[in-house]
Amino acid sequence: MQVLYGRHHVRVFRFGLRLVRDEQVAEDLISEVFLDVWRQAGKFEGRSAVTTWLLAITRFKALSALRRRRDVGLDDETANAIEDTSDDPEVVVQKKDTGEALRKCLTALSPEHREIVDLVYYHEKSVEEVAEIVGIPENTVKTRLFYARKKLAELLKAAGIERGWP
Amino acid sequence: MMAASKKMLDREPSEIEMLLPFHAAGTLSARDARRVDDTLASDPELARQYAVIREEYAETISLNESLGAPSTRAMAKLFAAIDAEPARKPSRSVSLSARVSEFFARLSPRTLAWSASLGAIALLLQAGVIGAVLMKNQTASFQTASLSLNESSAPITRDLGSSAAPPRALVRFAPEARVADITALLDNYQASIVDGAKGGMFRLQFGSKAMSKDEVASLLKRLQGEKIIGLAVATP
Repeated sequence: MQVLYGRHHVRVFRFGLRLVRDEQVAEDLISEVFLDVWRQAGKFEGRSAVTTWLLAITRFKALSALRRRRDVGLDDETANAIEDTSDDPEVVVQKKDTGEALRKCLTALSPEHREIVDLVYYHEKSVEEVAEIVGIPENTVKTRLFYARKKLAELLKAAGIERGWP
Repeated sequence: MMAASKKMLDREPSEIEMLLPFHAAGTLSARDARRVDDTLASDPELARQYAVIREEYAETISLNESLGAPSTRAMAKLFAAIDAEPARKPSRSVSLSARVSEFFARLSPRTLAWSASLGAIALLLQAGVIGAVLMKNQTASFQTASLSLNESSAPITRDLGSSAAPPRALVRFAPEARVADITALLDNYQASIVDGAKGGMFRLQFGSKAMSKDEVASLLKRLQGEKIIGLAVATP
């Protein structure tokens, strides 16, 4: 378990943090995820990669944590306000840092779009693996990512950044 | 310009267009990757979009890497919870082949490609080192096929490179000696085990050159002073 934890905990934490946007909650999340893995190790049949299995559990736990948080009156909007202490995209553009503006806009995507962008770009998951983690058909994975990118382009355009696409 | 952009945003994306992000991340099958490469080579509009995707890809990685790592609190909490779990019997259902395939399955295509390249380099290096060692240590010796002595089963060899054999000793290791200790001792004395554990004794050979009587006596004295050696006596 120590080896498994050592190998995967950072990526699991980052995936969880991007979903729940709260470090404390994300840390609690990884403890819960790996404890579940410990309990269910016998059920892992090796049909998918370990990371795919871990990220699927993380996603499920993160969504549950978000639901619990909403129940106690802390909605997404409030959560965003807590995390968002840096400049907004327009101010960043004024500072002429396109990369930072892009990162800012990536943060501003909806949770649904954020998770698919992260899974494909950062966690290097294939169409099939994303479909398994998120629980959607493979074609939906491709179209959802396309529309996430489209939304990103709109956010960047609103911030005054033209990238040649679309 | 604005109208053209809006039109592009409103249209349905093509199949290849939707595969571009996966191509940037290196997660497409070889067949799909070839299809995308071929289309990119002939479609400048798509190539421009691919450049934008590469930028998104890099910044997404940068953003995630900036998130840091969890504190040790998470690990402490996890292992405390595991300790509090009822003891379980280890599962015996997972076969060796399943474990091996699981290990490779969890590597990304990029990691696999790098690992394969590194493996190939490591093999070449290993082959070179083995070759060099063999060439260096090869001494001109021969073994008689016809001579047989009753008192000793050891092969009769004659070393053409030196006039006398390197010293040997019969050694008994202390019961508490660990493999790591024995390996370290063999390294320190440039010794090798030339005969197995007969009656708990090992025949060791020291270096590759002959030694004077005084040198052998000094070597044995030093050897007997080692914590992990119970007994050491000279032997032919």
